[in-house]
Amino acid sequence: MTTRVLSGMTVEVNEEGFLLSPDAWTPELAVEIAREEGIEELTPAHWQVIEWCRKNAVNGRSPTLRQITAGTGLSTKELFALFPKGPAKKVARIAGLGKPEGCV
Amino acid sequence: MVSSNGHTSDTRKMAFVCTKGTLDMAYPALVMGWAALGNGVDVTMFFAFWGLDIIRKTRQDHLEIAPVGNTSMKLSMMGIHADNLGIPNAVGVLPGMTALATKLMKDKMKALGVPTVGEYVQMLIDGGAKLYACKMSVDMMGIKREDFVDGLAGIVTASDFIDMTEGAQIVFI
Repeated sequence: MTTRVLSGMTVEVNEEGFLLSPDAWTPELAVEIAREEGIEELTPAHWQVIEWCRKNAVNGRSPTLRQITAGTGLSTKELFALFPKGPAKKVARIAGLGKPEGCV
Repeated sequence: MVSSNGHTSDTRKMAFVCTKGTLDMAYPALVMGWAALGNGVDVTMFFAFWGLDIIRKTRQDHLEIAPVGNTSMKLSMMGIHADNLGIPNAVGVLPGMTALATKLMKDKMKALGVPTVGEYVQMLIDGGAKLYACKMSVDMMGIKREDFVDGLAGIVTASDFIDMTEGAQIVFI
């Protein structure tokens, strides 16, 4: 466990950069983490996914990729376009949730 | 290499060589390929010999698993708790046993929410994996381009595959 300063707030993250407490998350934090992940601007489509994941997290863990496509109605292609290179993990980090668990 | 924020410093590359067409050998390739994509890895898949069935439209959702000669398939898989008691080969050869074993495995996977082979292949294509069929196998089996799923990136030689996977970690299945 380590701490980081994001958007002027000190937050606790694990060794992979995931926030330890989803309650410490704010939308401003999401914007800053997204930039670190190479996403310059969070569009309404990004927010739709982030909010859906926050609502559907189980024990603080973000849903898997397939759960996200099934739940949001977005296609796999659209999700990879919004969050390139590992969408589920990327969304989890941006949404202040734990790494998704599960193979699909 | 993973930095503190989880970024990979260079895009990691993985290539999967899929040579088997049984249900239990198709899934490892699909699951690992999908996991690799989910981790931001650049994925290439090369289908050769029986592995071509995984990407053939008319075959991919009809892959099977045979109980004959399968020493790991025990009766406990069928809900009969009999420790190490397996399905005798003499029983496994009876008509319908392969279909039964296949159905059991498919039901178990469905209950876990595992996609079908066809769905998995489409997910891999949509997620950006590059899928190729082995030219020699295709020629040998007389398969046509249109027999394969639409997202296939091409039919290439083994030599082409080696060229395009320079620096990749190769997984042979």
